[in-house]
Amino acid sequence: MTALQSQKTRRKFSTLHVIIWGYIIWSLVPVIIAVAYSFNDGRSRTVWQGFSFRWWFSDPNASLWHDDSLRNTISNSLILSFSTMLIVTPLGITLAIGAQRIIGRKSKVVQSLTAAPLITPEIVVGAALLLTFTQLFTMIPLGYTAQLLGNVTFSLSSVVVIVRARLVSIGSSFEEAARDLGATRFQALRYVLMPMLWPAVMASLVVVFATVIDDFVITSFLSSGVGSETVPLRIYSSVKGGATPALNALATLLVLTSFTVLILGLFGLSFWRKRHGEPGGLRAALSDITQADA
Amino acid sequence: MTKQPRLWAGLALPGSVWLIALFAVPFYAVACIAFGTIDPIFRDAVPQWNPLNWNFVQAQEILQSLINGPLQGVILRTIIYVVSAMSISFLIGFPIAYFLARHAGKRKLLMLVLIIVPFWVNYLMRMLAWVNLLSPSGLFSRYMNFFGVHYNWLDGSPITVILGLVYGYVPFLILPLYATLDRLDWRLIEAARDLGASSRDAFRLVTVPLARAGLVAAGVLIALPMFGDYYTNDLLSRSPSTEMLGNQIDFFLNSSTQPQRGALLVLAMSAILVVAMSFYLRSTNKQAKQTLR
Repeated sequence: MTALQSQKTRRKFSTLHVIIWGYIIWSLVPVIIAVAYSFNDGRSRTVWQGFSFRWWFSDPNASLWHDDSLRNTISNSLILSFSTMLIVTPLGITLAIGAQRIIGRKSKVVQSLTAAPLITPEIVVGAALLLTFTQLFTMIPLGYTAQLLGNVTFSLSSVVVIVRARLVSIGSSFEEAARDLGATRFQALRYVLMPMLWPAVMASLVVVFATVIDDFVITSFLSSGVGSETVPLRIYSSVKGGATPALNALATLLVLTSFTVLILGLFGLSFWRKRHGEPGGLRAALSDITQADA
Repeated sequence: MTKQPRLWAGLALPGSVWLIALFAVPFYAVACIAFGTIDPIFRDAVPQWNPLNWNFVQAQEILQSLINGPLQGVILRTIIYVVSAMSISFLIGFPIAYFLARHAGKRKLLMLVLIIVPFWVNYLMRMLAWVNLLSPSGLFSRYMNFFGVHYNWLDGSPITVILGLVYGYVPFLILPLYATLDRLDWRLIEAARDLGASSRDAFRLVTVPLARAGLVAAGVLIALPMFGDYYTNDLLSRSPSTEMLGNQIDFFLNSSTQPQRGALLVLAMSAILVVAMSFYLRSTNKQAKQTLR
């Protein structure tokens, strides 16, 4: 390699360096500023007037801690995400195992049923479910129940994707060995396959929780006003008004919640991997979770 | 017919029934409402559950009036916004994914984590951050004023909406792009270089064709939600001059009581996307066949 060439490559590297760090700053700094303004002492979300916990705790009426309507959105969000997570995970795991093994025409139907939600824009699902619950399944009221059903429907496919990836990497040899040793199909499934599926179960729980707590479109289409208002809905409806920095505090809390769940999931996954002698640690745990999103 | 264990079908059953009842049936319901009639007194939509009695005439009239009227501009605008936002996203996202996959070196994990972070920050929080910065008293506006640029960013500016879409969706593009480029067989590019290709030619004739399927897939992955986006637009502009198709659907279904129009637009949007999807599937199929040959 000539000197000129090496100089050229080095320059190319540094341009790319600037682009990538520039991007990281561009993508994170606005959010960090928004978080910082939740500690603003004044009523403004744009003009800094000193540091305080006013909008988090101190203000007796309008702080996140004391404003009932804000606290209400938090509990609505948590209840919706937890219940969706608990319903969709078992539903998705069984569907993934079944879909992987049935053959013939039935299999094609199941394949396209599970693939379709992945490529349908959320607004289409939200609008279709809204029309269905108002015109066809009228026994289901808008609000929490409809939001729960909608979120389960929309996140089911992502659980199937995560579990299927794990099923493929496990392969069929362990179950076959169990069958050769006299286990029934069900026993092989229950005592051999299920324990090996744990990473996929954990990844699904984390991904579903984080998607649902962040969900806006479906939750908004299927809401019935204040009673079923979640945190993202509240952010959406008050961004443009003269909301106080308590809104920034609310949004910050939402971000903190999903990060806590993500980090717990990552450590849980890497701990499981270590205990069961699978390689990879934190890096593998990260890809367990992100592959589903990507 | 091969004999299949009932266990597998039984396992797939609950999830499949769920998706039929709450994914497939709702699509049918949308069609029934779109091709139904309107109650002459209450102006409510009356769904027509029997496809044999679907009323296409009225649907056509409504669609025609929408297309000749304001909707024409809306559809065109939606396409222009999505295509511009996609192009800018690729201009930003590709070099980053490329760098991460090829030259990141020691700091790779750190960079990867920092790039995944926005993925997990609520979308509306990220928009809230920009609304705060761009409002007339916000940091960004004040900064620009200092340089003599006086511009109301949040008052129906197409630039703001397009850049907002880019900011919102670029993280969702980078990760799949990175996954594609990371999996490439870089020995092939080295081989091209050894055989005398310039680095530009190697990139154009080897890297890009190898990565094409992944690039298209990543593009589709963000184009679909961008196409149905209405909240970015609402938060950053809320002006009729930047309205997109999603805003119209949101309006007809949530802010007014014209479910039939909303249902028709949902069908129209699905139709446009189905055409786009089939084009994409055909191109990836063709590619798969070529590589097999």
